[in-house]
Amino acid sequence: MLAESLALTAALFIIGVMGVLIHRNVIIIFMCVELMLTAVNLTFVAFSRQYGPAGQVFVIFVMTVSAAEAAVGLAIIIAIYRHRQTVNLKDINLLRG
Amino acid sequence: MLLQSVVAVTSDTHPLSGTIAAWIWLLPVLPLAGFVINGLLSLNSVHFGPGDPNTPDHHPHSEGAAEAPERSHREDAGAVGDDHHAVRRHRWAGVTSVVGPAVLILAFLLALGIWRAMTGVQMDAPYIQTYFSWMPVGDLHVNVAFQLDQLSMVMILVVTGVSALIHIYSVGYMQDDPGYPRYFAYLNLFVFFMLMLVLGANYPVMFVGWEGVGLCSYLLIGFWFNDKANADAGKKAFIVNRIGDFGFLVAMFMLFANIGVLDFVGINAKAVELGVGSGLVTAICLFMFLGCTGKSAQIPLYIWLPDAMAGPTPVSALIHAATMVTAGVYLIARSAALFSLSPVASLTVAVVGAVTAIFAATIGLKQWDIKKVLAYSTISQLGYMFVGVGVGAYVSGMFHLVTHSFFKALLFLGSGSVIHAMHRGYHATHSHEDAQDMRNMGGLRKYLPVTWVLMWIATLAISGIPPFAGFFSKDEILGQVFARAQGSNLAAASWLGMPGSAVLYAIYAIGLIAALMTAIYMTRMMLYTFHGPNRTGVVEAGHLGEAPWTMTAPVVVLGILTVAGGWLNLPRVITGIVPLGRAEVLDHWLEPTVGSATARLSEGAREVPASTEQLIMALAILIAVAGIAFAIVRLKSAQLVPKRDALPEEGFEKIVANKYYVDEAIDRTVVDPTYRISKSFLWRFVDAGVIDGLLVNGSAALARGFGWIGSRLQTGNVGIYAWFLVFGVVALLGAFTLR
Repeated sequence: MLAESLALTAALFIIGVMGVLIHRNVIIIFMCVELMLTAVNLTFVAFSRQYGPAGQVFVIFVMTVSAAEAAVGLAIIIAIYRHRQTVNLKDINLLRG
Repeated sequence: MLLQSVVAVTSDTHPLSGTIAAWIWLLPVLPLAGFVINGLLSLNSVHFGPGDPNTPDHHPHSEGAAEAPERSHREDAGAVGDDHHAVRRHRWAGVTSVVGPAVLILAFLLALGIWRAMTGVQMDAPYIQTYFSWMPVGDLHVNVAFQLDQLSMVMILVVTGVSALIHIYSVGYMQDDPGYPRYFAYLNLFVFFMLMLVLGANYPVMFVGWEGVGLCSYLLIGFWFNDKANADAGKKAFIVNRIGDFGFLVAMFMLFANIGVLDFVGINAKAVELGVGSGLVTAICLFMFLGCTGKSAQIPLYIWLPDAMAGPTPVSALIHAATMVTAGVYLIARSAALFSLSPVASLTVAVVGAVTAIFAATIGLKQWDIKKVLAYSTISQLGYMFVGVGVGAYVSGMFHLVTHSFFKALLFLGSGSVIHAMHRGYHATHSHEDAQDMRNMGGLRKYLPVTWVLMWIATLAISGIPPFAGFFSKDEILGQVFARAQGSNLAAASWLGMPGSAVLYAIYAIGLIAALMTAIYMTRMMLYTFHGPNRTGVVEAGHLGEAPWTMTAPVVVLGILTVAGGWLNLPRVITGIVPLGRAEVLDHWLEPTVGSATARLSEGAREVPASTEQLIMALAILIAVAGIAFAIVRLKSAQLVPKRDALPEEGFEKIVANKYYVDEAIDRTVVDPTYRISKSFLWRFVDAGVIDGLLVNGSAALARGFGWIGSRLQTGNVGIYAWFLVFGVVALLGAFTLR
């Protein structure tokens, strides 16, 4: 049972990573990051079945932090959009050396 | 006495400990105190004495700025303007006049006391005072220590005695110079370093003094530095001396590398380990001799001494005639234990000395500047001293050193009085003639009778007329050369493939010819300066006159020493005929320090019969008389014309008058190529190209290049950063998993 759950979470995580790497739209990348967090949460839950409730405590904790992160992240995205009229990563390269 | 116990850590078993000799540390400290006091006074040189209408009330406190316009060029008449009239006596001149000579007189009295103490005890080992450990590095242990033995005692007496006289003379000569305290500060500092040189118990301490006197020589040659020629002469002396000092340093390094000690006692004990006549000891001695050629103005490094006459005349007397330039002779006598091991090096010293003696004497024959004549005469006489110490007659060399310091200091101070008088004459008429050119003098006997008599005494002494000091010392050197040529370790050695005895006979012959020339050029100088018609001009002649007593008194004392100096070391041949006093006093006195070294070189020498010695002596007198007579008969002072009307020399005379164009040749072969190589290769290629271009700017360019490559990674595109991140994580995870 654990192995299947871990395979699922790993698949989810990799989908999230690939989404971050491949997509250009900041909103989609942001959603992919959320997907990665969810995958991690699932892993915690899967392990908590075996090792006790500590993992579930962590899930609550991660969800709290990710909620805050979502708020901040969306605020940044909105700020960028207002400033540059785009959410495409290709056009956001102010830090180029 | 409390200070005494703190300062000195001494061997208590020595017979001199507990006597006044324990105060030797005070000898250099006295002139050092004079230097500090006068130096501080000289910093306050912007204020002039009361009564001076041009006294600036508030002037910036800077010596150079204040002194620059008022400096008087007393030496160089060609460069004087109206500053002849600007007598700007320094505000503190009175204090300096007391402090400057007083410290030297005290030092001389102390030296006399120490000498009295030394004569009272039986002294076999040198008396050494160790003050502190200077360089305790690995196997190298160099202490700051002073060594008192018979050899250093002779030098201490000469240095403090002649210095004291010349300091007194300087009071009269330099009093009206705006840089008066500065002058005395330098002069005191010079004596301090000279005593360090003489007293040092090991080569490094001696080297400090050696460098220090060079520094003071530089400062005093360029004392009137507003004239570029004087400043250049100072630089020339300093740079030429550096070449010699390099040799001295290398000799020290080689000594330490091979026997591991640098103090004189240790070297005397261990020198034999270097091997008698080995290439090593020859190399050490030759490097050391290179140092001597620099400091004592021998071929090839003599070129700085004639230029050094740009300094004030008392400086020429003290530094460039009596004391500093004899340091090389002292160094060789001090290192007798080393030089006596190498007949080849010793013969080299003697040959260089002999060649220098005759070479400089020929130049002296055609010089017009009175100080230049004396300068070349000094070089020539130093050559005699090196002949003496070169053939292992260390006592004879030292003897000539002592007598020469008397009569040459006298000659220089006398010429100073002459120049002083000439300046007063030209000052009166605002004339800008050369006050040092003998063609402008003539007939001064009438105006400077005391100086005239004293300078004739010194001239007879240097020419070798008995009973004056120079006769005994010069004759002793030549006699020793002759005696050793007959058969000794030196005569048995071969020098550049020539048998030593032949070389020694040649040196003897050269010495005789140089003595003839000495008599000629000295008589020539006296004739042109003091005899014949006066050529200064009528008005000027009215202002000529004897110098103040502060200047004549020291010259008189030196005159007495010049007459009596020969009694230091009367030859047995003479005391056998005329009972003048004890014979060979100096020989006996220096026996503990250089006796064994002398014996090593003269081993196998046959006793020269008294009749031969008398013959040698008669020959020397004959040559001196012949030289003087030749000069009196052939040189017509009456036919001389003042410098401005004089025709330039022609032919060989021109070559000699221009000093064989040695300076020009050295400019052409050494100075100019060095300058060109420095400019094109060292500056343009090495400095600008390699150091600035390749190393400094190159490393900057390299860093910038790497930075550029790194900056290409900073695309500013978050997507690419994410790729790097993921690759990094995967790589790390992979590395940890696979391990």
